[in-house]
Amino acid sequence: MLKTYLPARFIVERNASRCIQCQVCVRQCGFDVHYYDEEDDEVRARDERCVACHRCVVFCPTNALTIRKNPLDYRENFNWRGEAIEDIIKQSETGGILLTGMGNDKSYPIYWDKLVLNASQVTNPSIDPLREPMELRTYLGRRPDKVEVDWETGKLNTRLTPLVPLEVPVMFSAISYGAISLNVHESLARAASEAGTLWNTGEGGLHKKLYKYGSNTIVQVASGRFGVHPGYLDAARVVEIKIGQGAKPGIGGHLPGEKVSAEVAATRMIPMGTDALSPAPHHDIYSIEDLSQLIYALKEATNYTKPVSVKIAAVHNAAAIASGIVRAGADIVAIDGIRGATGAAPKIIRDNVGIPIELALASVDQRLREEGIRNQASVVVAGGIRNSADVVKAIALGADAVYIGTAALISIGCHVCQACYTGRCSWGIATTDSYLAKRINPDIASHRLVNLLRAWSHEIKEMLGGMGVNALESLRGNRLHLRGVGLTDTELEILGVRMAGS
Amino acid sequence: MNPTATSIERSGTTVKIDASGVYYRDLNTVLREVVTGDVERIDLVNICGQRYIGTDLGREVEINIHGTPGNDLGAFMDGPRINVYGNAQDGCGNTMNEGEIVIHGHAGDITGFSMRGGKIFIRDNVGYRVGIHMKQYLSKVPSLVIGGTAQDFLGEYMAGGILVVLGLNLRAGETHKANFIGTGMHAGVMYIRGSVERHQLGKEVGIVELNAQDRENLDLLVAEFANHFGYDAKEILAGDFIKLLPLSLRPYGRLYAY
Repeated sequence: MLKTYLPARFIVERNASRCIQCQVCVRQCGFDVHYYDEEDDEVRARDERCVACHRCVVFCPTNALTIRKNPLDYRENFNWRGEAIEDIIKQSETGGILLTGMGNDKSYPIYWDKLVLNASQVTNPSIDPLREPMELRTYLGRRPDKVEVDWETGKLNTRLTPLVPLEVPVMFSAISYGAISLNVHESLARAASEAGTLWNTGEGGLHKKLYKYGSNTIVQVASGRFGVHPGYLDAARVVEIKIGQGAKPGIGGHLPGEKVSAEVAATRMIPMGTDALSPAPHHDIYSIEDLSQLIYALKEATNYTKPVSVKIAAVHNAAAIASGIVRAGADIVAIDGIRGATGAAPKIIRDNVGIPIELALASVDQRLREEGIRNQASVVVAGGIRNSADVVKAIALGADAVYIGTAALISIGCHVCQACYTGRCSWGIATTDSYLAKRINPDIASHRLVNLLRAWSHEIKEMLGGMGVNALESLRGNRLHLRGVGLTDTELEILGVRMAGS
Repeated sequence: MNPTATSIERSGTTVKIDASGVYYRDLNTVLREVVTGDVERIDLVNICGQRYIGTDLGREVEINIHGTPGNDLGAFMDGPRINVYGNAQDGCGNTMNEGEIVIHGHAGDITGFSMRGGKIFIRDNVGYRVGIHMKQYLSKVPSLVIGGTAQDFLGEYMAGGILVVLGLNLRAGETHKANFIGTGMHAGVMYIRGSVERHQLGKEVGIVELNAQDRENLDLLVAEFANHFGYDAKEILAGDFIKLLPLSLRPYGRLYAY
């Protein structure tokens, strides 16, 4: 094999006076960075394989390890920075589409950081959430335009549609079994059940073992229709049609054959070792009318007992598309922004396609209000939500709830090293390799996830109380509680918020 | 229309429903109610465009449709046996799980899309993108048999199952016209009676000779087909068949840089 022109991205530093040659690092690394040289009785590292996931650093019993960015400097050139050079080298050596994992890591503006929240002072007293009830419960689904009551019998004439309660307006984003291990799926399912929220299967089916968490489960129907059968739809609380994903708008997905283990095969209901190809479009959806046909096919298949969600990537015409989705009969519109993550996507797509979720959310909410159809569907947003303030800002911008994917995975160990697509995740998350996958213990991981949601719930209540609001419903779409800093007039106009100080 | 206005006649385990002017949602509500009893056969007359017939019925029952059912006939279907005395529209058997659909006529686009079990027999022609993304797993092997010919993208992204095209209504010297057959196909098998040119196939597909197992598959399916529509199976089987197979289980394995 020719020597690669790629330099190592990280350097493994081992403090010789601390290292006891115990080889924990050798066993923990999924990327075969560390190895033991028997002759010299010394643990060494192949720096060029390191992805900086920090598994070895955390597990080294003597704190002998640290990982540094390779300080190797290229000749300064703003256009030809290291990443641009190294991508070309890699493609020249492989001839392939560059793959990556997690969400967009480029410096596009993060509008959450340019929005600030209001608080009550003097004129409207703030509320102490430790003493007073604070309502976070959110219902997802379609609300009727009006309710008709037969006053003689006192019965409702309006046919109501199913609503799903969330105790906390934060759900776990779609991540398929195959992209992540069964233990992670189980952790998400258990945490969602305990916290009173929903998790999402992604498009890889639902393992038999997890059917019992069905009432907290969103099942996805994507273009590959993997593992989709009546039992799967019946098990769910919500059925979601996946049209697009923030990390890779407009393209399909390929789960490589080597990740299709016996269990993954059984869940997706395809032969072991074959590629699981999700085509870019659904072959039965070429228009809003076709989408409507699938929405109602799913409603028929579940006898109108479950809300149907449609998930799209945030793209230029998101507002018009969302309007079409609502008119097509969707009960929930989920929008995934440019920072939305993935187990594997072409890097060029992840880094360049789509729009920030804050702008998409503001324009979708505005459009649905203008058209008088905002009540007909809940709006859920995803893509880079990092903390409870992002959640509160999203709700003030008009979201009913949010999805978190990366934040949830970080809570169970992910260090966002972006190597999910390799299937070698040292943390046992983005892998189906049984040696690695058993590192996630669902007892511990679900507890960590519940902790995260508990912490965010408390913080959300504190922020609400500070604003003098005692129910999340009162904040929803209330953009007067937001102000912008460092934004242009156009940005303020699209976000529908005023400049701080005004 | 109010579902109670639907005309329903019962005699023993047979139910006859007149669907003229009945909205699909009301019709399917009636069907759900009807199958909760001991009914074994449902005759639907005056069907005109009602969608999703056979969806969410969840058990074996014979449904005879007189007229033209609407899109997504038997979508997500799990058990019923449907006979259509007329043509079917688009999306027939969409993501079907179990059961059988027999069309005494033509069927539209994406027939058998993503079907994962059961059988579909079409007497005449089908539209575009038929059999796309059919799948199989262990004993669940869906079969789709087309008596006439098909349009482009037949068996695209096929991931399992058996797709048969018999070309029975082609005139002497006439050939199948479909292009992009089996594009992206990575599992399953297609048998085509009559020839197709190499340029009509997706680049992921190869033409091979039939072996004994293939003959056995074909004998069974063609016998069923002939039985449904009153053909002579031997005569059909005497024709020349080709077999299309994916060249790789991983057609896009070399597309990416890891």
